[in-house]
This record gives sequence, C-alpha cells and structure tokens, in this order.
Amino acid sequence: MPAVTSRAQRAAHPIAIVAIAAATLIFLAPILWIASTAFKPRAIATSVPPTVVFTPEVTPFVKLFTKRVQLKEPPTPEAYEAAPWWEKTILDGGERVLRVGDDVQLSQYPNRFLNSLIVAVISTVLAVGMGTFTAYGFSRFKMAGEADLLFFILSTRMLPPIVVAIPMFLMYRTFGLTDTHVGLIILYTAFNLSFSVWLMKGFIDEIPKEYEEAALVDGYSRLEAFFKIVLPEAATGIAATAVFCFITAWNEYAFALILTNRRAQTAPPFIPSQIGSGLPEWTVIAAGTLLFLLPVAIFTFALRNHLLRGVTFGAIRK
Amino acid sequence: MAVLATLDPNSRAASRGWSDLTIRNAFILPTIIFLIVFNIFPLVYSLGFSFTNYRASVNRPAEFVGLQNYRELLSNPDIWNNFTITAQYVILSVGGQMIVGFGLALLLNRKFPFKGLVTTLLLLPMMLSPAVVGLFWKLLYDPSWGPINYALGIGKFEWLSNPTNALIATALTDIWMWSPFVMLLALAGLSAVPKHLYEAAAIDRAGTFYTFFRITLPLITPLLLIALIFRTMEAFKTFDLPFVMSTANVQTIAIRLYQMAFQSWDTGRASALAYIVLIVVLAITNIYVKYLNKVKER
Repeated sequence: MPAVTSRAQRAAHPIAIVAIAAATLIFLAPILWIASTAFKPRAIATSVPPTVVFTPEVTPFVKLFTKRVQLKEPPTPEAYEAAPWWEKTILDGGERVLRVGDDVQLSQYPNRFLNSLIVAVISTVLAVGMGTFTAYGFSRFKMAGEADLLFFILSTRMLPPIVVAIPMFLMYRTFGLTDTHVGLIILYTAFNLSFSVWLMKGFIDEIPKEYEEAALVDGYSRLEAFFKIVLPEAATGIAATAVFCFITAWNEYAFALILTNRRAQTAPPFIPSQIGSGLPEWTVIAAGTLLFLLPVAIFTFALRNHLLRGVTFGAIRK
Repeated sequence: MAVLATLDPNSRAASRGWSDLTIRNAFILPTIIFLIVFNIFPLVYSLGFSFTNYRASVNRPAEFVGLQNYRELLSNPDIWNNFTITAQYVILSVGGQMIVGFGLALLLNRKFPFKGLVTTLLLLPMMLSPAVVGLFWKLLYDPSWGPINYALGIGKFEWLSNPTNALIATALTDIWMWSPFVMLLALAGLSAVPKHLYEAAAIDRAGTFYTFFRITLPLITPLLLIALIFRTMEAFKTFDLPFVMSTANVQTIAIRLYQMAFQSWDTGRASALAYIVLIVVLAITNIYVKYLNKVKER
C-alpha cells in the first residue's frame, strides 16, 4: 500500500511502529491471558499479581473432558503407576476420574462442543447451498422488484434474535422442536441464508456472463452451464461464505440460550453457565473457552482476504 | 411475489431443458418461502399476541386487550429507562469504536514489517463469540484478582457491580471487540484514496492537517458512515455481551425483552415490546441499506 505520504508521516515512522506494536499487544492481551490461564496450575490461576512465567500443564484440558470425584485417600503406588499419564495429573490434584466399567465418564463439554459442530455444519451447508442458487437467480436474471426482494432478504438478517425468539419458542413448543438440533439448524439456516444470498451475489456478479454464454452456444443447457461453469468459478466465494456462516452459527448465543437447555445445547450458552455453580475452576473454564475460540481464530486467518466483503454483506470488495 | 415475465422467452437456453424463467423461480422462490415461513410468519404470529394478555407459562387462552400493551409500555418509565440505557450503551461503545478504529486505521495505513499478520491479529476480536468474550472479560474485570485492576493499579475496583461502572465496563469490552470492524472499513477507505491527490497536496505545500481534513476525511467518510450505521444497529440490539457480563446492571432493551418474555412469561406484552424494537431496527436497516447501495454504485 502506498502509505508514506507526507514528511510528517515519514518522520514519525519509528514511533508509528512502536505504537503499532503496543496497540497489537493491548488488543491481544485479553486473548493471551485467557490462553495462558488454560495451561496454568490451579493454584496460580488467580494469583495477584498475575503469574506470567509458569510451567504449562494440560491438567485443565483433562479436567475439561472428564467427570471427577474427590479421592478419600491417596492412591496406592501400584494404582498410580497403572494410571495413564493424563490421569496421573488428576490423581496429583487429589481427584480421580469417574469410570463405568472401563469407560471414562465424559463431562458435558465434549457433548456441547459436538452439538455446536453439528448445528453449525449442517446449517452452513443448507444456507450456502440455497444461498448460492438464489444469488445466481438474482445475479443473472432481470426481475421486477428485485431491489425490494433483496432488501426483504437482508432485513430478515437484521431482525434482533430476541424478537424472533418469542414466536419461535411458542411454535417450537407446539411442534416439539425445543431443545432439538433440527430446531436450531432451521433457525441458523434462516439467519445465515440472507447473508449467504448477499455475499454469493457479489461473488457471482464478478464471474463474466460470457463464460456461460459461450457454454450455451456450445450446446449446454442453462442448468449445465450453472453447474459446470459457474459453480467451479464461484468455489472461492462459496468457501468464504461457508466459513462466515459457520462462524456466525458457531458463535450464536441468544437462540441457543432460549431454545435449548440440555440435549441440543451448544457451547456458547454452556460455557458461561459454568460459573453460576459452586466454586468455578477458572483454569478449566479457560481451557473450554480456548478450545471453543480456536476454530474461529484459524478461520479468521483463512478468511483474511475476504473479511471486508463479509462484514459488509458483499457490498465492498477489495 | 410481484415479479415474473421479464426474461427473454426467445433465449437460446429457453429451448433446452428448463427455461430461464423456471430456473430463476426454482432458484429464488425456495429461499423466499423459507424466509417467509421462518422469519415473517413468526413475526405475524407474535403481532397477534401483542394485542393479547397471553402468558406462555399458564395454560389459559389469550384474551384480546387491544392496544393496552403498547399504551402501557410506552407510558412506563422503566421501559424508557431501558431505552435510555441502550442509547447510552450505543453512544459510548459506537463512539469509542469509531475513534479507536479510525485511529488504528491511520496508524496501520503505512508500510511496516508483518503488516498482514498484524492486521489479521487485530481483527480477531470481532470474529469471536460475544457470549464467550463476555465471559472472559468478566474474569479480566474480577475485582480481587482480575488482571485489569492489577494492570491499572486501581485496587479492588468494582467494574460490574453497579449500573454506571457496568455500563462503562461492557461498553469498553464492546469497543475492544468492534473497533477492528471500524478499522477494517477505514483501512479500505484509506487505501482507496488516489495517491496523486496526496502528491498534488505535497506540491502545493499543504500541511498535514489540511491534507487530512480536505483530502483523506471527505474521501473515506462514506465508509466510516457505513461502519457507524451498522455498529449503531448492532449495538442497539445488543444482548449477549451485557447479558453474560452483568444482566442486573446493564438493562438494555434486548435484555429487558428477554426477561419479560422468558422470565416473567409476560408473552403478550413482550411481543408488543418486540414490535416497538423491531420498528426502530427496521428504520436503521433502511438507512443502512440505502447507504450501502449508494457506496456500491461509486
């Protein structure tokens, strides 16, 4: 980017770099803090001043995934030796992992994580699938009232979740869809569909019409041209849209809070609910938070060239 | 749908397989129908409830009460207080985001090592789940061992335990989350300012301030306005972050709506309040989309 534009700016360069470094550090500090807490020994997690240098341990992650009980007496040396490495870290803390037979009893976390994954993946596939077809329809064919229809589609995305949640809750209760994966999938699909249409329309608008016209001349039908010419050309756009939809569904809180409580509960309402009960183990909560945020962080890097387009519903491209 | 029949019936493809008209309808109608069934129909359904005294927790049929819910809501000082808190939240957080975000963009709009990496890292907060962000900021703000009090050296400051502090604390978190959004749009604007304008200004020996106010600012104003309107709309609806951080102390209108609908189970009245909120949101959306289209045409 041509940036150094005036003498004043050029002179400030070293200062600017220091300022950039400082700003980056300040912005990342909260994330770094939660990430480091996830590897801290329990005793120093809430120390004042905060402990910066420590030996990282994975105990919080083992605890995150397992159900545990307090040990009444220390384990026998034989039992301690026989335990797998990850269980030793639990035994060291005066607890043992609950088992039924030989099966380790899992905590609720993996289940909530899995629910998030199921709901986010399926709703993304549906929203991007339908959205791509619709975007093609809007992109290639003239239609009276097109702008109004597109506004209508976008406006559904702008509805506050709480406003939609009231009637949806009543309807879901009638049809037995509360606390089901299907219920959340429908809502997240509807929520992401408008976004997907707008974003995909931007991507498809960029594919030259001549490609399809050439295919039509070659004897393809319009449908064949769509599947064999347009879809492959739009692959990058489809992938970017899918990642955005996934992140939205993955992060969604209000609908999940209102419409699920056990079976289909996703991670966002579950993670904060852990601090309501008894003495919370901050390191375990931090571990759960870190694991939950990690996919989004990775996707953000994958998406970095499409972020602007995504947050403006495809209106602004770089 | 008031559409159909503007396609060329003689197009080549019309003679093979599906006609263009069929394809267009088959591609577009399912989405429209889906959105009507799962977004518009529920809203119509709750419009009906907004004129009743229905309570979802009691097995008793709804009674029609006319405009009573709306009248009571609009004359209830508590509700107005919720709107005031929401407005304060919007002004604090969006105002802060515009300043911090624009500042960051000006800072980043130059060549420096690891630019791509740094920019992406700075954008991370806005991609995270607001509920989970709210949770870990609650830990950061902890009065007795939270790192924020330690870093600022302000003892056991209670960030979240009274309405004034909690409003500021949640707005600060919101600023942390969403300044990157403003930064992203502002950076796009800054990089699109034609370089020759700056060269011309330099030849004319224009000062830094003059260049900024006469060249940079006017040219990126449209993008900043998009950021402003979008963030205003989102902040007005805000629920997740203050709900997780301090339900009792940051009573935004969305939180009040949640409590009315799902804790007091005052379904009829909550539906009416939902409609009042909806009208405000749609008004802002309308402005936003008009502006978006305007910028798009440039």
